[in-house]
Amino acid sequence: MNNFIKIKNLYKIFGNNCTEALNSVKTGISKEELLEKTNCVLGLNDINLNIPKGKIHVIMGLSGSGKSTLIRHLNRLIEPTFGEITIDGVNVLELNNKELLEYRQKNMSMVFQKFALFPHKTILENISYGLMVQNISEEIYQEKSQFWLKRVGLEGYDNYYPNQLSGGMQQRVGLARALATDAEILLMDEAFSALDPLIRSEMQDVLIDLQLELKKTIVFITHDLDEALKIGERISILRDGSIVQDDNPQKIILNPSDNYVSDFIKDINRSRVIKAKSIMTNFVSIKKENVPIIDSEMVLEEVLQEITKTKNYYVLVKNKKDKIIGKITLNQLLTGIQRPRKEIEKYA
Amino acid sequence: MEWLTKFPEMDRNGLREFKKTVDNAFTSFSRNYGEGIENFFDPLLSFLVGFEKLFLNTPWPITIFVILFICWLASRSIIIIAGTLLSFLLIGYFGMWEDTMSTLAIILVATLLCIFIGIPIGIAMARSNKVQALILPILDVMQTIPSFVYLIPVVMLLGIGKVPGLIAVCIYAIPPIVRLTNLGIRLVDKDVLEAAESFGANYWQKLFGVQIPLALPTIFAGVNQTIMMALAMVVIASMIGVQGLGLPVLRAISNQYLALGLMNGLAIVVLAIIFDRVTQRIGKRMQRYKSD
Repeated sequence: MNNFIKIKNLYKIFGNNCTEALNSVKTGISKEELLEKTNCVLGLNDINLNIPKGKIHVIMGLSGSGKSTLIRHLNRLIEPTFGEITIDGVNVLELNNKELLEYRQKNMSMVFQKFALFPHKTILENISYGLMVQNISEEIYQEKSQFWLKRVGLEGYDNYYPNQLSGGMQQRVGLARALATDAEILLMDEAFSALDPLIRSEMQDVLIDLQLELKKTIVFITHDLDEALKIGERISILRDGSIVQDDNPQKIILNPSDNYVSDFIKDINRSRVIKAKSIMTNFVSIKKENVPIIDSEMVLEEVLQEITKTKNYYVLVKNKKDKIIGKITLNQLLTGIQRPRKEIEKYA
Repeated sequence: MEWLTKFPEMDRNGLREFKKTVDNAFTSFSRNYGEGIENFFDPLLSFLVGFEKLFLNTPWPITIFVILFICWLASRSIIIIAGTLLSFLLIGYFGMWEDTMSTLAIILVATLLCIFIGIPIGIAMARSNKVQALILPILDVMQTIPSFVYLIPVVMLLGIGKVPGLIAVCIYAIPPIVRLTNLGIRLVDKDVLEAAESFGANYWQKLFGVQIPLALPTIFAGVNQTIMMALAMVVIASMIGVQGLGLPVLRAISNQYLALGLMNGLAIVVLAIIFDRVTQRIGKRMQRYKSD
């Protein structure tokens, strides 16, 4: 199930009479040149992406990089100019209108940046919406919606209207509305970006908590690196409609593929993000006296706490099965926390 | 240099021929099809007459009670109810009860007709820019052409009577509801519509579940305007045989009866105010979800 969602050679060019422009794009013309020559806007440029089942996949990029465009191709709110999208073996682009509606109803649901709740419907009606359009009997959708209302912590708000709720609460409704249909895929378009930092962090925890239990395939869009690192099991970075790096979060921080990516990560606190397993050297050993053993998922800041307690200035790393798999010396630790020299020169 | 000072106009014979041709063409059209068209509107006539009879034959206390009850359902406002009661008592006392009932009947029928025709047209306009581009100029013409001008073909076709009057009122009153239905639907938040789409709502589910409910306050502003314009047409419509408050006003103009004109004119104003306040209240109550 490694290639649950498969995107192949996906192009999107906005504008009228722009099918011709595709050929120029394929020959490698830049976004600016294209706009000048043909008045067409390049939205997505040769996207190839595999998204595994049951993981949170983050797509990150600045505004205008095409991330919202990309996510809307998955449920075909936007039609591609060229390319292939296969989800669980189904070629999404070949669905006819009726099949597409059913596909949206059953297989994926979406959470929006500005919540996009129905202002004229009550909270419970909002959560029921995805089930209601499927003409499911009222008894069943009432029960399901009540369940999700409780699950996101809004019990008792059934008959309120969205604008009577705070932003954070509204997005809980948005989340419940998306989860109520039991769709396998959850598309989250900057879902927490409009919330203030504390509420955002709280919502991230809600999502992580739900994901532990639900194991949905989540495509999460954000422009916020901290958010991407907190919830993403894999991160794709978009720039001007192309993917510049698609990797796990640790590798993105340690090996940014180009300046654009290193720009992104320049302000993060490395010691709080990088994990022990990413910098350790492989090393098989038995337990030693006076040498602390740490978990491989521990972040460097905590490793530092442990390592300073010892005389030898090194620690052993164990995996989840309590087996020792590596070690970290003080030197390695410092190199890990330190920003690469070329970055320092660049931003000095 | 004559062509500079005198506009090079069509010669007189040609112009006369031109007008004659148009007139004759329309006359023969109305001779051939007038009866068919009249028959087509027969159900409308009986509908209107039925309404009028209902209003006129119901004992006045019951009529007032029903009107007050409807106003209460729609507005839930004591002030509006009290004002309405007072107005109708005064109208009756000054001997305008029957004319007022006739006017109410035609306004009601005209408004219903405008709603049933206007809202679907507005929806069609909101759905397609091409339809909008086609209909907007027609609405512009309907709103700006002097009403007397379209009275001519209507009277030629259908003669003098209630139905031509009703059609004239509708032509004048329908543009606002069409425009505001179109506008209301187009103003529905794109994000919300996208959300409905992302859950797999089909066209009708989006229309009746999201677009129309959210556009309803705007649509209702259109209904309000339509009623106001229909009332404004009452006097002109009475020139082609529509009963009601317009007729005494018309008589007052030609005979310089100041009191008669004022009384009936004010009765029209009072009706307008009641309709306006009540429909505005409905519009506001539809937006309850916006308040905390």
